[in-house]
Amino acid sequence: MTGNKITRILLGSSSILVLLLTAGMVYSLINGAIPVFNEYGLKFITSAEWNPTEGSEYYGALSFIIGTLITSGLALVICLPLAFSASLFIGEYFRRSGISHVVGTLINLLAGVPSIVYGLWGFYVLRPLVVDLGLSSQGFGIFTAGLILAIMIIPYATSISTEVISMVPNELKEAAYSLGATRFEVIANVIVPNARSGIFASYILAFGRALGETMAVTMLVGNSNAIPGGLFDTGNTMASVIANQFGEAEGLKLSALIGIGLILFFITALINAIGKIIIKSFS
Amino acid sequence: MYLKTGNIKWRMTRDKLFLGLVIIMSIIAIIPVILIITKLISKGIRQINLDFFIRVAPDTFEAMTAVSNGEIIPGGILNGITGTLLMTLIAALIAIPLGILVGLYLYENPSQRFAGLVRDVSDILQGVPSIVLGLIAYLWIVKQVTNGFSALAGSVSLSIMMLPLVIRTTEETMKMIPISIKEAGLALGVPYHKVILRVLIPTGMSGLVTGILMAISRVIGETAPLMLTALGSPAVNFIIDRPTSAVPLLIWEFYNDPNMIDLIWSSALFLLGFVLTLNLISKRIARNTTP
Repeated sequence: MTGNKITRILLGSSSILVLLLTAGMVYSLINGAIPVFNEYGLKFITSAEWNPTEGSEYYGALSFIIGTLITSGLALVICLPLAFSASLFIGEYFRRSGISHVVGTLINLLAGVPSIVYGLWGFYVLRPLVVDLGLSSQGFGIFTAGLILAIMIIPYATSISTEVISMVPNELKEAAYSLGATRFEVIANVIVPNARSGIFASYILAFGRALGETMAVTMLVGNSNAIPGGLFDTGNTMASVIANQFGEAEGLKLSALIGIGLILFFITALINAIGKIIIKSFS
Repeated sequence: MYLKTGNIKWRMTRDKLFLGLVIIMSIIAIIPVILIITKLISKGIRQINLDFFIRVAPDTFEAMTAVSNGEIIPGGILNGITGTLLMTLIAALIAIPLGILVGLYLYENPSQRFAGLVRDVSDILQGVPSIVLGLIAYLWIVKQVTNGFSALAGSVSLSIMMLPLVIRTTEETMKMIPISIKEAGLALGVPYHKVILRVLIPTGMSGLVTGILMAISRVIGETAPLMLTALGSPAVNFIIDRPTSAVPLLIWEFYNDPNMIDLIWSSALFLLGFVLTLNLISKRIARNTTP
């Protein structure tokens, strides 16, 4: 039976390796961020000043943290009605029909489009549109970035909510119909209350996705290192500042970028954990 | 309760209005993907020819000359294609065996606390932004192992991205295999590793392949982590400790060079086509094998 033992040890140690890998990631990020936290302390998080010029170097990540939360929040707000409608379309109104299969496939295709392709499309199609509408002179900014993020997270927000909506027991729906409820009333009073935590969780997970998106945002957000003054102002996000400024980074600046990566890691892990906990308590 | 909510006419109208709203919103939700695909095809197809696949990317000067003469930009994306294939292959070689072993562990110990921890950590890993994985691979491989930007570093960042997907796929696939098949093997006295290799994996092969293809299609379009790790290279490179290009990296370079606009679209079309084909193949396998 030693063969069996070896197999079990192999499986167990692979699992330990995954834990070590993750612990190692956190350790390396913290280790890399130590210089910047030593230099500025909590000011690294609470200051919005970002100045890489030699001699007057100063690194504060606040404007990127705010930029990330605003673009992702805006994306969620735009995405919400679209994803909710799409999940009702696929999971309730046209359940198991050919048309809902087509809509579902197209929405799933969105998840396959690479981030940089979204960026290109946003730059050459969406941005001129924003300019034509007179919303901003260059078309770059929080709004355009939020718009492209909203499109990118539609499939994530749709998939789980479609599933939970279609899982609502028929007996409940039929009971409401038999009382004379219209379909809208069934949706509002039976389906949504029954599926709400699953729907909510899928939006949280979609929000988590938006937080870490890099390329498309980098190409559209305008990359200005200040707290955005409004929706049509330019800004920057944590992911895109890492991508943009990494090339020439060393010393304290590199440490600052790793520190931003650390914050991003914790925020996304937290958001995902919340989403998963809600899903778990639901099922 | 419902009868109190108003007269019947209004209730019927509200019902129809809501249905109309749902349909309109759903149509809006699917418009972008149609627009993106048609835009890429209409702009990119012109530049796709044999050269596109067998030549490396042109430099700025070549592209500028061609553009000013009104010609098609010479060269292709061979260095990107080979780089993408190389890095994805290495990433898969790291992530697939490890992911399958961990997935089997989770399947064997479904309710153990340690397995629950591994499952949660794997979920967290799946949510880590790709750019952060780029930072990690930079710190681990670029700084410590290859002493410079390298294909290996790119592969490591991609493999960490694939790992949780492979773990999840393995566990889910194994759960679908009837336990009697496994027990039949064990009852015959077959050693456990042989049950895994000869029974579990072959039975679940299509599920595993589907999940692995999905994982590959997820990482193949990644740009951000490669910017921090593989960097890019103007020539075809198969040496794993040297900077290497990739299709998404080339798109990023073309995007930053005003002379290369035509190549942007064809490369993006190629990348999207590649990713979506992988997606479709994996979906087809999944559909043909699910009972």
